[in-house]
Amino acid sequence: MSAAHPEVPRRRPVTGDPDAARPVLEAPDVSRALTRIAHEILERNRGAADIVLLGIPTRGVYLAQRIAAKVAEVEGREIPVGSLDVTMYRDDLRTRPIRALEETDVPNDGIDGRVVVLVDDVLFSGRTIRAALDALNGLGRPAAVQLAVLVDRGHRELPIRADYVGKNIPTSLREAVHVLLAEHDGRDGVLLGPADVEDPR
Amino acid sequence: MKRHLLSASDLTRDDALLILDTAERLAETTEAAQVKKLPTLRGRTVVNLFYEDSTRTRTSFELAAKRLSADVINFSAKGSSVSKGESLKDTAWTLEAMGADAVVIRHHASGAPHRLAGWIKGSVINAGDGTHEHPTQALLDAYTMRKRTGRLEDLRVTIVGDVIHSRVARSNVLLLGTLGAQVTVVAPPTLLPVGIETWPVEVSYDLDSVLPKSDVVMMLRVQRERMGAAYFPSTREYSRRYGLDRDRVRLLKDDAIVMHPGPMNRGVEIAAEVADSPRSTIVDQVTNGVSVRMAILYLMLGSDVIPHDAARSARAAAGAPE
Repeated sequence: MSAAHPEVPRRRPVTGDPDAARPVLEAPDVSRALTRIAHEILERNRGAADIVLLGIPTRGVYLAQRIAAKVAEVEGREIPVGSLDVTMYRDDLRTRPIRALEETDVPNDGIDGRVVVLVDDVLFSGRTIRAALDALNGLGRPAAVQLAVLVDRGHRELPIRADYVGKNIPTSLREAVHVLLAEHDGRDGVLLGPADVEDPR
Repeated sequence: MKRHLLSASDLTRDDALLILDTAERLAETTEAAQVKKLPTLRGRTVVNLFYEDSTRTRTSFELAAKRLSADVINFSAKGSSVSKGESLKDTAWTLEAMGADAVVIRHHASGAPHRLAGWIKGSVINAGDGTHEHPTQALLDAYTMRKRTGRLEDLRVTIVGDVIHSRVARSNVLLLGTLGAQVTVVAPPTLLPVGIETWPVEVSYDLDSVLPKSDVVMMLRVQRERMGAAYFPSTREYSRRYGLDRDRVRLLKDDAIVMHPGPMNRGVEIAAEVADSPRSTIVDQVTNGVSVRMAILYLMLGSDVIPHDAARSARAAAGAPE
């Protein structure tokens, strides 16, 4: 098997030093991208009636809250926002150091029959989204599930794609994408920099 | 986190807080979001090895493991080869051969979990050994205190009763010390262990003087089954001096809580109406026990990678305060 696909490297989650990275999106670009995503969500679903936004911690939750605020500006109504921690559903738990869990907070009316829009910062292998789809299974049966991401950096390992993308950024596996959000990092922006040297397993 | 959980003293402050935080998250998903089953430990095997009777702890561990999709094998001394005289070591090898990833052990002999940990590859979790320790009970008690009072640092906890026989008291004193609470132990002198002066606690023989300044009162069961000789003149006298009845509860602060690890002797160490009052956390303790044990199983069995300071780095990554 591996001899047939020698070009596919075994990947570790990519981390790197933000100080060595260069900006690809500045704060106004992030804001414009989220505004566009908010409009696209409304257009695609013909309004905000059945929409529930679920952010994936940590930064996906802040992004979901921002998109919800922009939807509220346009539509003049609040839409439910929550957070969905997918840690317990990940397929790489055994091979990585133990992770602390983050908040799961599902809006009171639940997700049955609603259109759930999952929100995350970076779409990469697609494995986080697979875990999120499994986690949704336990919560109920949405009418539809859609995906919004601020950055799609490619390198999918599963047949998953985003419905709403802030910015497609072609990357190599030697690069790391850093999404910065004011709520968590003090400022907004997306940086692209070198990845840490992978451990040679 | 260490590989085994044998004593509450195995846990650093970061370890203990990681367990409590994880339990809180799990409670959110299983209670608030109504998710009853998580796939996290699919394919792992947890063995409940119980040499002593238990209702709450064994079912709590069983439920916790099943909610994480682990396979559970219940092994009790009655009805197994143990009653035919099999030694702990031979039993351990049997479990090892069956591929147990974790063994939850309760044993009447203090130190049995330590011995077991030396014989098997999987994790050993002490679910109560003799009069020694019961660390998971201490963790669920700390979780309950934090949930009800909002803090552990400088919390004034009073532990009352049969301290000498109580593994719950011993584990609580160790863990609460690690977490920064201030513990006072109240009991008749005969029910305090030798060397109590070396414990990080205050000692008192007068319950009425301690109650007004307590945030938490933990009543211990009078363990008659471990008492060979007479430790106090009569049950009535014990109850009058050290039991928590309606009149004594009036001495407590308005927001103080009353805890009991169960099983209770109603009318001995705690009056029925106190046990059933809104101050009482006894039912909460049982519910919380499942979340806390899920957290322990997840943190001990979830990953094959055990870096040196996993608890600290996991909490830091989640943005938890120091």
